Amino acid sequence: MSAPTFDLGKLHGGLRLQAHKSTSTSEPIVQVPIPDQLVLPITQHAGDPAQPIVGIGERVLKGQLIAETDGSLGAPVHASSSGKVVAIEPWPVTRRYGEAGPCIVIECDGEDQAIEADEPFRDFTEVAPDALLTRILQGGIVGLGGAVFPTAQKLMQAITCELEFLILNGVECEPYISCDDMLMREYARETLGGAQILLHALQLDTCYIAVESDKPEAIDRLGEVLAELDDDRLILKQVPTIYPSGGEDQLVQLVANREVPSGGLPTDVGCLVQNVGTAAAIYDWVVHNEPLISRITTVTGDGVTRPVNVEARIGTTVGDVIEHVGGYTDNAELLIIGGPMTGKSVTSDRVPLVKASNCILVLSEPPSIGDEMPCIRCGDCAAVCPVQLLPQQLFWYACADNESKLRDYGLIDCIECGCCDLVCPSHIPLTANFRMAKARFQELADEKARAERARQRFEARNERLEKEKQAREDELARQKEDAKSAGADAIAEIMKRRQDKDGDE
Amino acid sequence: MEFVRREAPYLTPKVNVASMMLQVLAALVPAAIAHVWYFGPGFIVNLIVATAFCVGGEALMMRARGRDPMVALSDFSAIVTAALLAFALPSLTPWWVTATGSLFAIVVVKHLYGGIGYNVFNPAMAGYVVILIAYPMEMNLWVAPRMGDIDYISLSVFQTLKYTLTGSLPEALTFDAISRATPLDAMQSGLRNLRTYAEIRTNPMMGDFGGRGWEWLGNFFAIGGAWLLVRKIIRWQIPTGVLLGLLIPAGLMYMISPGGNASPGFHLFSGATILCAFFIATDPVSAATSPKGRFFYGVGIGLLIYAIRKWGSYADGVAFAVLIMNMATPAIDHITRPHIVGHAGRGDKP
Repeated sequence: MSAPTFDLGKLHGGLRLQAHKSTSTSEPIVQVPIPDQLVLPITQHAGDPAQPIVGIGERVLKGQLIAETDGSLGAPVHASSSGKVVAIEPWPVTRRYGEAGPCIVIECDGEDQAIEADEPFRDFTEVAPDALLTRILQGGIVGLGGAVFPTAQKLMQAITCELEFLILNGVECEPYISCDDMLMREYARETLGGAQILLHALQLDTCYIAVESDKPEAIDRLGEVLAELDDDRLILKQVPTIYPSGGEDQLVQLVANREVPSGGLPTDVGCLVQNVGTAAAIYDWVVHNEPLISRITTVTGDGVTRPVNVEARIGTTVGDVIEHVGGYTDNAELLIIGGPMTGKSVTSDRVPLVKASNCILVLSEPPSIGDEMPCIRCGDCAAVCPVQLLPQQLFWYACADNESKLRDYGLIDCIECGCCDLVCPSHIPLTANFRMAKARFQELADEKARAERARQRFEARNERLEKEKQAREDELARQKEDAKSAGADAIAEIMKRRQDKDGDE
Repeated sequence: MEFVRREAPYLTPKVNVASMMLQVLAALVPAAIAHVWYFGPGFIVNLIVATAFCVGGEALMMRARGRDPMVALSDFSAIVTAALLAFALPSLTPWWVTATGSLFAIVVVKHLYGGIGYNVFNPAMAGYVVILIAYPMEMNLWVAPRMGDIDYISLSVFQTLKYTLTGSLPEALTFDAISRATPLDAMQSGLRNLRTYAEIRTNPMMGDFGGRGWEWLGNFFAIGGAWLLVRKIIRWQIPTGVLLGLLIPAGLMYMISPGGNASPGFHLFSGATILCAFFIATDPVSAATSPKGRFFYGVGIGLLIYAIRKWGSYADGVAFAVLIMNMATPAIDHITRPHIVGHAGRGDKP
């Protein structure tokens, strides 16, 4: 069974990139054994860090809550296996360049003893939607497509909107990455079960499952399970193989033919997008009581000997994962967490695998393409921009640091997909420039906010001083008034008391 | 294990400016061969002189600006400028005329504005206009093409070189004996002398549409241009705009008064129309950037070419039309900004 490709919306620009996916999909998912040590960052999601609730030396069990959220935007963290907490310390993490972030380090005992859990919701259709949302919150589930937005909070925001349908994102448009493809092939039942849970939690009756047309095996498998489920709320939709059709807003444009407003969310146009991996994680947690403590990751690139998809515990270091599947080749020069277009380059393989890590890409350093040349205004960048920006103009204004023009030309709408870099004949690192310009925007905004706070403090102080002065003057005036109203006798008495006092001394 | 740090995206572009320029040059080869066939070896001599001064001027300017000359020279853009200028020149042009145009194009128009990417005007056309105005006589020495015209006089490579360097023609040949009005010249002056289009076309120098020989040059430019379109070095908007901008008014005027106006076919195959549409107007640096802006930019050039040919004092208006539209580029870019996805009610939908 294959879904129709017609009645899709249109995406501007984009690129047909060499996929490099088949190298990592030739064998089934490999299970990575529990490592000796797990490193669990307390920030594995968008929002505020989770607060550790375990102490050093404490024994923890698999699935035990070890860091919790305080109600602000965030997601809890669970121990991925049983063992002893040996440290809570900064550790290189998969932020850009692998800068350090606080992590809980667990020395595993190898027993993998699970914590006693509540009764899972075997039949989630009997459960109230609210209870499902609370349950998802507790599972530490975040968006596994890369943005790692806490799923529960995304859902809670969504139910306040007029939703029309759910879109399950199985597009996976970035080259090399194949973890969602393999997930759909091997865990199609769980993925679609997750979609059913989401539909119930959101009280919706349509879910489009969007899969890129270059994944025929996944599409076939999903089709089989769909036939078994016989649930007409689930509709499979093939989308054309073009990068970046899997971006959240781009997918809404493709599947629903609606534009997500600038600075807005898909829910503003009635859509909610969830990654297929997230759906499967929800199913595992709600139905099987397994919190998000492992994930499927693609290990690939010419820097590894055996490109393959693995399922590893969250917190396993990248080095441990790669060692298990055969290690590096002599070409390993560049370590990227994520894909070759938007991934993060890290300098050390000591970084742990986190909830967001969909791919470990090890590449040889690409041959030098020569120096950056001046822009010749060829406009190829504008032709491929999925947001219809004019990167050449933005670049010009970014160089001039012209904030108002950058806003006018939509810098904040740039999704940093990297398409413009790839077609630039002058080899200008446009995306990196835009990232920097955005960072400057943020700094500027922070500075403004600081200045505003300082101004408010200053004004408050002036007001306070003014009030105090007024109060003192009022008091003095009152005393004078009192003295006046007391009359001459009282004054004479006071003077006399004073003379007596002087006489005593 | 330790790794190097890089910025995303990690894939590298497969295109570069040098290869774009080389492809433009390659696309000009058929027309260059045709030019030599119809008008003698003068084109090659002009091309060599123009290239020498363009490349030399670029090297000197890069040095004067404190930069490595090889950075600019290795993109081959100076040679493209030289080639376009050489196509605009009569086949017999004194070397110092070519040199003046080349140096003005590269030194003033390109490098005084900041080098490649920063020039407001098309260097080749600005250089051409300067010498057209400064040396009107030398710029009118077009020999008759080797086709149809009984007076075709073939100059050898040596004779051509001698004229180019010293300005002296072989004995027994005078300037008047070998030079011919271009078809556009003949048409413009003929129409203004109240001869009809049909009458003027009886001249043996006229071919199927434009002038004999000349119109074949147009075909070879079109072949090169089509190849550039297929290679996506240029996009369809500018060529289409130029051709529509010229042919629509030409067609209308011809329909209204077929005697007093040249046919659209004549306009298409005369002068530098096709060269302009595919090679000159498509210079990305001095053109508008958005797809819609490029179309209007092309239309503007086409309309101006027609206006100058019809009412101006120059027989062909390509260079002036391009330079005028170069000036309008920032305004066109501003007006034709595309709709940014997610911004309701601004510009066009994708």
